[in-house]
Amino acid sequence: MLTTSPSPLTKKSFRLDFWALVKILVVLALFCFLIYPFSSLIYRSFFSAKEEGFTLYNYIRFFTKEYYLRTLGNSLFVSFTTTLTAVALGVPMAYLMTRYNVMGKNLLHIMIIMSLMSPPFIGAYSWIMLFGRAGWVTKFFAGLGIHTPTIYGRLGIILVFTFKLFPYVYLYVSGALSSIDSSLEEAAENLGSGKLRRLMTVTLPVVLPSIAAGAVMVFMTSLADFGTPMLIGEGYPVLPVLVYNEYMSEMGGNANMASALSVIVVTCSTAVLLVQRWLVSKKNYVMTAMRPPQVVRLRGGMRALATLPVALVTFVGFLPQVVVLYCSFRNTAFSGFVEGFGLQSYITIANRLGTNIKNTYVFACIAIVIILLLGMLMSYVIVRQKGKIGAFFDLLIMFPYVIPGAVLGISLIVAFNRQPVVLTGTAAIMVIALVVRKLPYTVRSGSAFLHQMDPSIEEASINLGVSPSKTFFTVTARLMAPGLLSGGILSWITSINELSSSIMLYGGRTSTISVAIYTEVVRNSYGTAAALASILTVTTVVSMLVFLRVSKGRVSIV
Amino acid sequence: MSHNVKIEEAVKRYGDFAAVDGVSLDISQGEFFTLLGPSGCGKTTLLRMIAGFNTVDGGGIYFDGRLMNHVEAHKRDIGMVFQNYAIFPHLTVAENVAYGLKAKKVPKNEIGPRVTEALELVQIEPLRDRRPNELSGGQQQRVALARAFVIEPGVLLMDEPLSNLDAKLRVQMRTVIKKLQRRLGITTIYVTHDQEEALSISDRIAVMNHGQIMQVGTPEEIYKRPENSFVAGFIGISNFIPCHVAENDGKTAAVRVGEELSFDLPVSSGYTGEAVLSARPEQLFFSDRGLPGRVEISTFLGDFVEYEIQLHSGQTIQLNEYTKDVQEVRPDGLEVFVGFDPRRISLYAGQEGKGALLSC
Repeated sequence: MLTTSPSPLTKKSFRLDFWALVKILVVLALFCFLIYPFSSLIYRSFFSAKEEGFTLYNYIRFFTKEYYLRTLGNSLFVSFTTTLTAVALGVPMAYLMTRYNVMGKNLLHIMIIMSLMSPPFIGAYSWIMLFGRAGWVTKFFAGLGIHTPTIYGRLGIILVFTFKLFPYVYLYVSGALSSIDSSLEEAAENLGSGKLRRLMTVTLPVVLPSIAAGAVMVFMTSLADFGTPMLIGEGYPVLPVLVYNEYMSEMGGNANMASALSVIVVTCSTAVLLVQRWLVSKKNYVMTAMRPPQVVRLRGGMRALATLPVALVTFVGFLPQVVVLYCSFRNTAFSGFVEGFGLQSYITIANRLGTNIKNTYVFACIAIVIILLLGMLMSYVIVRQKGKIGAFFDLLIMFPYVIPGAVLGISLIVAFNRQPVVLTGTAAIMVIALVVRKLPYTVRSGSAFLHQMDPSIEEASINLGVSPSKTFFTVTARLMAPGLLSGGILSWITSINELSSSIMLYGGRTSTISVAIYTEVVRNSYGTAAALASILTVTTVVSMLVFLRVSKGRVSIV
Repeated sequence: MSHNVKIEEAVKRYGDFAAVDGVSLDISQGEFFTLLGPSGCGKTTLLRMIAGFNTVDGGGIYFDGRLMNHVEAHKRDIGMVFQNYAIFPHLTVAENVAYGLKAKKVPKNEIGPRVTEALELVQIEPLRDRRPNELSGGQQQRVALARAFVIEPGVLLMDEPLSNLDAKLRVQMRTVIKKLQRRLGITTIYVTHDQEEALSISDRIAVMNHGQIMQVGTPEEIYKRPENSFVAGFIGISNFIPCHVAENDGKTAAVRVGEELSFDLPVSSGYTGEAVLSARPEQLFFSDRGLPGRVEISTFLGDFVEYEIQLHSGQTIQLNEYTKDVQEVRPDGLEVFVGFDPRRISLYAGQEGKGALLSC
């Protein structure tokens, strides 16, 4: 079957390689929506309305004014404390869950994942409902003449963060604990170590890198979170809130100080991330468990004793979702809850906030289509095409962790609020923010899947006469689908729950559910806030169940 | 139609390292040709150059005289069987086999019968609707084979196709592949590091080392007349005995081994100096004169007894003696003389036998 074709040499030079085209397009998009906005932000931070030309005024102000320094101190204090408390909860939880026959293990595990995936401000809302000024618990104790400490401020933030973020530590550590080969602990026992000594000298040190990884996730997430301190912080300023306030007070003028603050926040989290990467690279005990550790079968009372703390922590972590659902069905009058249950709050939001609900889903849907397409192509470039561009994309995967949403919001505003491209206030800028922030989830799980796929499968297809680009869409993409889809669901869940970038970027007609929850809480309209939050929670739970189905444990959440 | 494959001075470089270093081969139409060599010798790299998955950095690859260097992999008219089969996991057995036919735009009404015929040839027709994960290794291997030859490629490439199978299945599949190739008459280039496999399956073999061809020949030529000591050592087991060529008139050389033994050997060139004798264990025998030594240990293996003999020079060699020729196993510690027929062994020039073949 000899085919005659024109000289292959001349043909090659005329045709643009499919993957070259993809790389150019993706790099162009990243340049426009990530690198350019960020450079604008850094550039802008060196200007001020107070002084002419290029100046360090904003930075000098930050490091000399007590107010700013205290905010930085607050942020670091809250994040450090949360990291400690989350580790203190997460590690024992992981140990009990992996080593003992805890009752209802699978359900508890799913509940822990659910509380991680739920929007953080729902936690804040529920704790206010319970322990706030008009909270049920507060009132109950007040009726007994006991004065409970205030939930607002530092304590509240740390509480919400702890129960929301300990699952990071739990997930990392339980992963590590179940991949320790049991022979390691047996060797320690054989050498004469007692149970506790074995735990302290062998087991814990071996999982230390995983504890560190989880801790860093907690630290960075708590440093970047905006919704929780905004709702429950009440006058306890932290950096993301400060960025928002500075920006709002500078409206009409420009966002110079907010830009400088953003640069400082990103510097902090990048530093933490680099330290963590360095630590992990120094101490990484990679193990494949030939024989995973045995689960200790406790009986009766001992089993209940092991289950109790796990169930208790899980329950407290999951409580916000229950509280929100409960509140959404209560009747309200003049913004307060009254006797009886009904659909009143839902009717109100359907009438008044229908646009927000529609926007949330429409924006997330558009974003997810773009994310899946880009994610698929980028994963392929990272894994199969390697080289400098692949490494560059790989680096971008860390972006959602180091860039708080509020900061991304500001940088997009700074970049696109002037001619020739004005995007501020449009739906487009909301979608762009979602894509930039949530794309990495899909890229990460897509490339993880591709790593396990043998390249010769693609070669077999090419060899049988299918062109490389067609092979990608008919074979590679098809086989990557479960990975992409799982990552896509994580991107989707975090998209619908996105608050911090949306609140910077929304305009009159582009507001979303999470923005509305925030404004409703500020207006003391707790019933409608609960109804809105319930919509998000139910969507999250359903999406999460689909995720667990699709991923079958092959895609990690953290 | 099956192609003739010609490779001229082909080169593949990775930085300063030449993985394939000026290889030239001429593979005839319908031939079963094997690239044999240790891992890292460049055989798979060369195969992937022929397939179009590796670029050609120098020289040329021709199918029927047509330069293929810049023809894209999917336009090369090649069937390939991969080491790990590379069966599409999302397609059934029949869909896997039909994949290439669809890509080649074969009319729909022809695809069905051709798939069935191919599956019948490799005897897995009953499994046509199974998914790959429901198949054993041997069955997956058959699917990979059927998928590669059903498109009637001009050249069939196989990259260590049997290395993932257990020993018994390997021998069985060897016969399947050989019969199939004879029947279809497709020019086949087969890569393996297993010399027994290469000897049993090939029309001709190219032994490779360090990116270069060491010898090309039929299995018999390669085994009986290795052109250099690398081939002698890589194919089968060879004893290398240092010796000295004292006199040589270009036809007959006087060879001396140590102080004890000297004999004449027919040669093809006039080299004198240090040299190496190469003899396979079954080419050596016990004699009343020859190289003196002592039986170190004997291993009874049914058909034959394998002796390890320490020569008085200190070197240990291996000698195989067929059980049908002798009454009993010689005891350890026995003093013996090792003899050989000078016309059946090989002599290589140079101290370590790195030089050319002298004997003829």
